[in-house]
Amino acid sequence: MSIFLNENSKVIVQGITGGEGTKHSTKMLAAGTNIVGGVNARKAGTTVEIGGKTLPVFGTVEEAMKETGADVSVAFVPPKFTKDAVIEAIDAEIPLLVIITEGVPVHDSAYFWAHAVAKGNKTRIIGPNCPGIISPGKSNAGIIPADIAGPGKIGLVSKSGTLTYQMMYELREIGFSTAIGIGGDPVIGTTHIDALEAFEADPETAAIVMIGEIGGDAEERAAAYIQANVTKPVVGYVAGFTAPEGKTMGHAGAIVSGSAGTAQAKKEALEAAGVKVGKTPSETADLMREIVKGL
Amino acid sequence: MDLYEYQARDLFAAHDVPVLPGKTVETAEEAKAAAAEIGTAVVVKAQVKVGGRGKAGGVKLASTPDEAAEKATDILGLDIKGHIVHRVLVAQASDIAEEYYFSFLLDRSNRTFLAMASAEGGVEIEQLAVERPDALARIPIDAIAGVDRAKAAEIVAAAKYPAVVAEEAADVIVKLWETFVSEDATLVEVNPLVRDPQDRVIALDGKVTLDENAGFRHPEHAALVDERAENPLEAKAKAKGLNYVKLDDGQVGIIGNGAGLVMSTLDVVAYAGEKHGGVKPANFLDIGGGASAQVMADGLDVILGDPDVKSVFVNVFGGITACDAVANGIVEALGILGDAATKPLVVRLDGNNVVEGRKILDDANHPLVTQVDTMDNAADKAAELAAAGA
Repeated sequence: MSIFLNENSKVIVQGITGGEGTKHSTKMLAAGTNIVGGVNARKAGTTVEIGGKTLPVFGTVEEAMKETGADVSVAFVPPKFTKDAVIEAIDAEIPLLVIITEGVPVHDSAYFWAHAVAKGNKTRIIGPNCPGIISPGKSNAGIIPADIAGPGKIGLVSKSGTLTYQMMYELREIGFSTAIGIGGDPVIGTTHIDALEAFEADPETAAIVMIGEIGGDAEERAAAYIQANVTKPVVGYVAGFTAPEGKTMGHAGAIVSGSAGTAQAKKEALEAAGVKVGKTPSETADLMREIVKGL
Repeated sequence: MDLYEYQARDLFAAHDVPVLPGKTVETAEEAKAAAAEIGTAVVVKAQVKVGGRGKAGGVKLASTPDEAAEKATDILGLDIKGHIVHRVLVAQASDIAEEYYFSFLLDRSNRTFLAMASAEGGVEIEQLAVERPDALARIPIDAIAGVDRAKAAEIVAAAKYPAVVAEEAADVIVKLWETFVSEDATLVEVNPLVRDPQDRVIALDGKVTLDENAGFRHPEHAALVDERAENPLEAKAKAKGLNYVKLDDGQVGIIGNGAGLVMSTLDVVAYAGEKHGGVKPANFLDIGGGASAQVMADGLDVILGDPDVKSVFVNVFGGITACDAVANGIVEALGILGDAATKPLVVRLDGNNVVEGRKILDDANHPLVTQVDTMDNAADKAAELAAAGA
């Protein structure tokens, strides 16, 4: 199986004609993703040539879904236009929306999240400011390099893009059912808990790696969720032990305020829930190897 | 971006939130003139982005313009928890009948906004929240519906503000919400919000944090950056578009790609440092996805300009970026820097095109560069070199 994304997923790209959109559409196609079209209101009715394929460009997400049966959209839209693009996708009720865009104002994210909730959460949102989701060998929706690791039985969920790549590389000999980068912004769609719930239910996933970082209380909440609901083994890693209070570390969400959101507090919460937490990415990978050996 | 009190006050005034007359000045002479202009007793307040100003002697009452000049002389130049006072706010001294607390902020856990309000103000709100949580009302705000007069009245009731100020407090709350939304703030805090003897409601002290991601719709916010208070290395990095944070007491300069990986690198270096006399990471520097030679050169230039740095650890995982491009970047950067590059570099490359990348560095055979295959071992080497160079 895999979660959220599989070999039957039909993908459209919002912002397909932009620089990033074109570049990563090419890579997604090369990875076997079934891209069926793109969206750009100003270029509706035209086509684009990407990776040797001629793809139709539609004026709206709704139209693209109607014409192609698309059920996934990947958005490479500049921050200025992201809110409108997301609302359009939510209104079209696309089942999965991956927002790659970095630098979205948090008032916009809070607004479109409230809109998604008001519309009954028919669209699963991943991101913003994330690398997307890959189910190796099946489909890749986003910018995670497809050649790092192949299919296997580990599920991975991470706030950070490069730590996703690093961990996939470390565990490439085992492989992944699905890897998701949920993004490091203060307001995101899919959370650690959503991914844990899906991995728990996925028969192809045998063990889970969860990567967190300083800021907020998502890891603490995930720890409580794991304790109550997850029977599969979970290994964790948390970045940011040395980050000083009150300074933003690249990710808009990675900021420690007062005693809340520290790496130490997250590590302790995860360990209390029975999660083995590595001190470094390599140690975390070692812990996972041990677990997989025993399965 | 956190604002100074006077900047928060200016934003409040611009959105018709009631504040007291006042002026921000940088000399005792100007403080005297400001007090004379206000024409009443004044409060002279240090402008620093740190709490506990009052206890540190940074807030003083003055009944005459001459006294205001005296107090300003005392306060200007004061070091409050490492923050030097360059400016003071001279504001009308208010008669306070009662103090309250009010804020709008982002509630990450619930992915929406929150109003926090208490009829007990002027205190450490974190302390109140822990010791007497019932005294602090928390009201979720729908990001789409926002705060209208009815919602504001609901907040006032939950906060248990007295009936005599209920109407006016609700008006002020609606204006604070307008400030919060239209300025793209992630925090608007008024502490204290006061009632004066005439039952007027006034925002006496404010704290505002603005969302830098929203800078594209607020070009005017750029003027709020206080370049004087910025760390010179951070200012230099910012001018080059680099995502850099200087850390205290560190010796190992860090360059990496991706915020999460760089944060992780800091941790791994700190662990490794425990075995090498306690050396620590000196900075956070994320060169992002496309690490061109110029970006690498700019990054190295900033880090080598830090006198605390004794060794540099370049930690790159080639995801979208290929390792050969990064390796070329390092070689070219060292070429651009020439004799300015004097400190040892430990480089760890992994991922996309790693074989080609490592070969480029091997072939270049630069005397300052050492390659190590894994992140943990590279951190150890960088810490060892920093300890040797200290």
